[in-house]
Amino acid sequence: MPSSLLWAVDVYGRVYSLSTAGQQWEHCREAHLEFKRITAVQQCCWSIACDHNIYLNVHASDVPIRYQEDTYENQRWNPVDGFSDRLLPSDRWQWSDVTGLKHQPLADFQLPSENWEWEGDWYVDENFGGEPTEKGGWTYAIDFPATYTKDKKWNSCVRRRRWLRYRRYKAQDTWVKIPSDQTGSLPDPFNDITCGGWEVTEEPRGCLALWAVSLQGKVWFRSGINHHNPEGSFWEEVTVPGEVVQISCGPGDLVWAVLWEGHLLVREGIGRDCLRGSSWVTVESPNPGVGAVHVAVGVNVVWAVTKDHKVWFRRGVNSHNPCGSSWISMVGEMVMINVGLNDQVWGIAFEDRAVYFRQGVTASELSGKAWKVVSLTRDNDRSHSSASASSLQSAGCFFGGEVRLQSQASMLSDADAETDPAAGEVVPAPEMGDAPKPRIPKVTSDSFISELVSDREGQISRRDVPSASPSIPEEEQPEKEVDDRVSPAQVLSPSQSGGVDPQWSNVDLEEAQTHLASGAGGDAAETSSLSSVATYNLAVEEPYGADEHPKWAWISGGGCLVECHSQLNWFNSSTSTTLNSSMQAMSFSITPAQTAAWRKQIFEQLSERSKREMENFMHYEQAIEQTVIDNATSVWVKKGTMQWWRDWKPHKWVDVQFALEQFSGAEGNKDGILFIYYTFNDEKKYLHAFINEVTILVPVLNESKHTFAIYTAERTKQRWPIRLAAATELEMYDWLALLSVSCCDSRGIQGPPCKQAIWSVTCKGDVFVSEPTKELEASPYPTACDQMFWRQVGGHLRIVESNSLGVVWGIGYDHTAWVHTGGYGGGFFQGLASSTDNIYTQTDVKSVYIYENQRWNPVTGYTDRGLPTDRYMWSDASGLKECTKNNTKPPSPHWTWVSEWSIDYSVAGGTDREGWQYAADFPASYHGYKTLKDFVRRRRWARKCKLTTTGPWQEVPPIPLSDITILPCGPKSTVEQVSLWAISNKGDVLCRLGVTSLTPGGSSWLHVGTDQPFKSISIGGVHQVWAIAKDGSAFYRGSVSTQTPAGDCWYHIPSPTGQKLKQVSVGRTSVYTVDENGNLWYRHGVMPSYPQGSSWEHISNNVRKVSVGPLDQVWIIADKVQGSHSLSCGTVCRRLGVLPMEPKGHSWDYGIGGGWDHITVRGNAMEAPRIMMPSMTNSGSNQTAARSPLLTRNQPEPNGNPVGC
Amino acid sequence: MIMADDKDVLRDVWFGRIPACFTLSPDETTEREAEPYYLLLPRVSYLTLVTDKVKKHFLKVMKAEDVEEMWFEHEGTPLKWHYPIGVLFDLHASNSALPWNITVHFKNFPEQDLLHCSTNSVIEAHFMSCIKEADALKHKGQVINDMQKKDHKQLWMGLQNDKFDQFWAMNRKLMEYPTEEGGFRYIPFRIYQTMSDRPFIQTLFRPVSSEGQALTLGDLLKELFPAAIEDEPKKFQVMIHGIEPLLETPIQWLSEHLSHPDNFLHISIIPAPSD
Repeated sequence: MPSSLLWAVDVYGRVYSLSTAGQQWEHCREAHLEFKRITAVQQCCWSIACDHNIYLNVHASDVPIRYQEDTYENQRWNPVDGFSDRLLPSDRWQWSDVTGLKHQPLADFQLPSENWEWEGDWYVDENFGGEPTEKGGWTYAIDFPATYTKDKKWNSCVRRRRWLRYRRYKAQDTWVKIPSDQTGSLPDPFNDITCGGWEVTEEPRGCLALWAVSLQGKVWFRSGINHHNPEGSFWEEVTVPGEVVQISCGPGDLVWAVLWEGHLLVREGIGRDCLRGSSWVTVESPNPGVGAVHVAVGVNVVWAVTKDHKVWFRRGVNSHNPCGSSWISMVGEMVMINVGLNDQVWGIAFEDRAVYFRQGVTASELSGKAWKVVSLTRDNDRSHSSASASSLQSAGCFFGGEVRLQSQASMLSDADAETDPAAGEVVPAPEMGDAPKPRIPKVTSDSFISELVSDREGQISRRDVPSASPSIPEEEQPEKEVDDRVSPAQVLSPSQSGGVDPQWSNVDLEEAQTHLASGAGGDAAETSSLSSVATYNLAVEEPYGADEHPKWAWISGGGCLVECHSQLNWFNSSTSTTLNSSMQAMSFSITPAQTAAWRKQIFEQLSERSKREMENFMHYEQAIEQTVIDNATSVWVKKGTMQWWRDWKPHKWVDVQFALEQFSGAEGNKDGILFIYYTFNDEKKYLHAFINEVTILVPVLNESKHTFAIYTAERTKQRWPIRLAAATELEMYDWLALLSVSCCDSRGIQGPPCKQAIWSVTCKGDVFVSEPTKELEASPYPTACDQMFWRQVGGHLRIVESNSLGVVWGIGYDHTAWVHTGGYGGGFFQGLASSTDNIYTQTDVKSVYIYENQRWNPVTGYTDRGLPTDRYMWSDASGLKECTKNNTKPPSPHWTWVSEWSIDYSVAGGTDREGWQYAADFPASYHGYKTLKDFVRRRRWARKCKLTTTGPWQEVPPIPLSDITILPCGPKSTVEQVSLWAISNKGDVLCRLGVTSLTPGGSSWLHVGTDQPFKSISIGGVHQVWAIAKDGSAFYRGSVSTQTPAGDCWYHIPSPTGQKLKQVSVGRTSVYTVDENGNLWYRHGVMPSYPQGSSWEHISNNVRKVSVGPLDQVWIIADKVQGSHSLSCGTVCRRLGVLPMEPKGHSWDYGIGGGWDHITVRGNAMEAPRIMMPSMTNSGSNQTAARSPLLTRNQPEPNGNPVGC
Repeated sequence: MIMADDKDVLRDVWFGRIPACFTLSPDETTEREAEPYYLLLPRVSYLTLVTDKVKKHFLKVMKAEDVEEMWFEHEGTPLKWHYPIGVLFDLHASNSALPWNITVHFKNFPEQDLLHCSTNSVIEAHFMSCIKEADALKHKGQVINDMQKKDHKQLWMGLQNDKFDQFWAMNRKLMEYPTEEGGFRYIPFRIYQTMSDRPFIQTLFRPVSSEGQALTLGDLLKELFPAAIEDEPKKFQVMIHGIEPLLETPIQWLSEHLSHPDNFLHISIIPAPSD
């Protein structure tokens, strides 16, 4: 899980963030103003500053926010001028939008705000539907508006071309003022702000709802905020039945507000088409006598605070019932509460103004269990404490470069032992003479609605006004001052600290003073008279001291993701933070635990110990003889009962006895035999398989049975595995783990996968790896594909890619990127079948879809009453299986629902506003609008489910990916920087920097601009980068090299005629693509001088995916493969006959299949030993022959054992 | 990337050997002079389990009527067979020269110091009761109780026959714990010291503090033997399997990786060598 940030504002208006992985509040130094409110979402923060303006801070991302502006240039042909911009009066504008209705000349395009910049100048789009156009990008038609083609015909009377220009949002990681001039006549300054609504719709992308409340109690909604318009467009007033003091908007469709009188308002009618909702409903305050002052909402929760600081939880709130049912009183006294992601809750306590986290909030227990204080230091606290320890006297050292001069002046004027040239420039601080007024600092005073409300109603005495104990009555002040003079050291005691506002206008200044106060305190202890004078003066200025814990005013967790089961380090004492934070800064290719000194010490000492105690005594007799045990005694048998899917018809599950006999072979290698004892016609029979012939064990978990499949080479040919079902899931995994260890033992395989490993992924997301032998790619007689042994590696992925330097990345179903840690095991592999470190928690999320089908009839219109011959009214995509909302279960017991059913609008073909797609009849092609011919309609419902497992994978936040490729390397190559390219799930092309075999995760993404979204990418030998765009055409990236890792420009390469490409893979020199109709294409004419090649040649159909390796070996996932017993869909196949001069090969060799989705052979750079032909025995091939056995000897020992015994 | 895997620690621990030189006590009456007997002793096993050869060797020079139960002694200290060999060595001989000199006796059994050990089944019973006690601490005994008799046998046979794989195939189950808890319920450990009559220190100690922080070896000692972690002057050595882990080593990791086959983490505290 990547870290995310909790944002907070302290009582002095300073903004801090706290990472879920961190242990320290980080001061947001970009904030040059004091803030009073902040509302955070993952991609940005909105805030209200003390100047009552609204500020936006868009967090920087490796992928820039860029927007494509386009306009069309239209021309008409006439006999005199040919094509010219002289159009007919009835024609469209010379410059228009795509419809021709809107006049848009190039000069009319303006940047939306000063925070945008142009990326370049206007240029002509020469790509037309995946095809390059003739020079100039013109497309031709008979007339406007009509169908345009790229070819000029005899009747082409008009033509047009598209101009493009990109603008980029440049204000990132900085607070920008949202210009108020756009807002027209704003009546009064803003007082509260809340951001949310991102779960309501995905269209447009990054759509947010921003609500604000003014001091007069009016409510405003910011329109048009989305990814491409982060600042939004304009403010709309939302009428309210009263004066609102505070508002809260959740990630979904919950919006609640608090009225002055203490009642609450709930917004109704919020939906996909209307983020601002339609009407308000009133909900009574939790306590009739004491009004509400604060409300905070999440997805399914509402929390409120009343004037007496009591905390309340609203029962029964959900999307259908936004008002909920009743209030429950909770423990704790808070001034405000905020709900973040996952409905996690934070609050600021009334008593100590500390941030509290609600522990134990889960989907089933939304109200949580207990408040736990977040007790952490802040980064500036630490810097001052270390400074005071090291250099008390040297004033200059307290301050970073950013410290202003005023406080320094006071120090220097009193203690002139230090003369600083800067002293001459010191501006006298007029405030210093002012009598300090004990009160809440100005910047946050009005942020406490609770107090404002209480004051108004006079219910709470002044003494109760909270803050950094600021409510010292004014008349007491002189006394206090006297006290201070008497005992300077006392000044720093917490009871008297806080309160005094020196009215500095700058946040940084106040920090500097904190430093001074503490430094001076130390001096006081030393009773240095000079210093204590300084102490006295400074202390009066700045009574809140170093030992004071921070006091918070506002908090926002809208961008902070805390999973229910994850551990936070927020509650520890501050002692261990230094160590931890320094560790977190390390590259995640090596985990902190692995490099810890204690671990190193143990490894070293154990090896020293072995040397010391054993090295000189190896001639001693062993106390326990490792006698050669005869077969009879070393056999151990594990037995169990299972069900077996009978090999003959009628196929059915039959009860069988299952036994695994393991024994040690003559050379100490282990082997075993599987027995399946069954009864047939009252006769006892058995079936067996040798463990060393088993090629793969595949778990097949579904809701009803815990089954797994055992393949041998023979069974792979038949496409008919041994299928077994265990009684329980646990039993199944026990057997799988045991069988897996047994299979690996018999083949002498242990430890992590080798760098050359071939990786594959099934449609269930299971990851398998196979260690290639040299013979695998031997020519002309390679090891058959069906002989390959595959073992499972923990984790859940959709795609995995590798190279021969051991850099392996994966992408989950939820598009999360993962990097292989070098470990093995995880998942159900535990103990010896798994590495103990290098294994991390991995989660994945996917959607389950069902369809709601309806038929039209003349009386009632569309209803769920179909014809008797119709499909189920709730079904799967095929319509053959009934799938209702209630009976549809997650794909396997490992998956749990994490959302409710919701209408899916992102269906191919489009939908209407309610998500319906129409067609003439079932089954047919659907479209997103109703015509007269349509008699049926359907809509898709989606529900998200989540899986949590473990595996040797570590997340690479934060950008979700859809494709990835890693530079294939030769067998002996030593590449410093490994090129790694990826496509984000939004279609952006990215290039990873800093990837090496030691830091496979790399450091950051470099965005590579494209004119349209991309969907597939591959990098081959000598940095040839090929990619497939969403329109199905191919692109070649020019000039990519180690020096220019991102290359310089894209060359457009048309797809094979009439086909839309979907995937590309580039090997050493070969370029292969797969189109949407399952055809495999080879690119002809690719040469160093002309890397784009010349034409596509059709190689095969029935192909889903292709992986071309560093030896130009071609492997695919075939769609359907017929075996002798059955048919398998999704089968690993390898191209036979591929040779340097015959890169296309001649036929397919079939390997493991039945649900395979992905394969990568890009790690396998192991050259096959050449087979010596008698005629070829010249001097050259002698060298080759001599090299082969040498290579064999260099092979790493698979059973290498660090300790001899 | 070169870092060794934690699993290598398990192998190193299992295959730790101590070279020992067995000499017959001069008090024993022999028919002719007995040659010393040299043997590599597995650190994780028990003296009486691995000394059949020693017994056979010395019986050759003795009359049957002079032979009672065999027992061992090092520099005057009778060696308790029911402590793992490595613990005995660390406790009594870690700072003396190798091989470890062990004196063999066949009479005058020190009844008040040692337990009788007539057959291997006594060792097995002791070993299994340790494992059960450890699991009671770690998992309320649920894991060991869920195992079948043959699984228990597999653990014992693994130790008896020095079969690492056989033992760990079963023992790994005893080392599992729910991830969300961050460790065992309590850490099964014993702290031994030579300076006291008390056999060993053993109390309930959780691997994770109430704040969710992983506790370390240092935390354990601070609570139970604060003198051992005093730095200046260093008076004690804290030894596990002949090594001195750093005090910041998480106690849970130690329990998983440096426990003896009886599932206890045996910690020896010995006076630091004066030089």
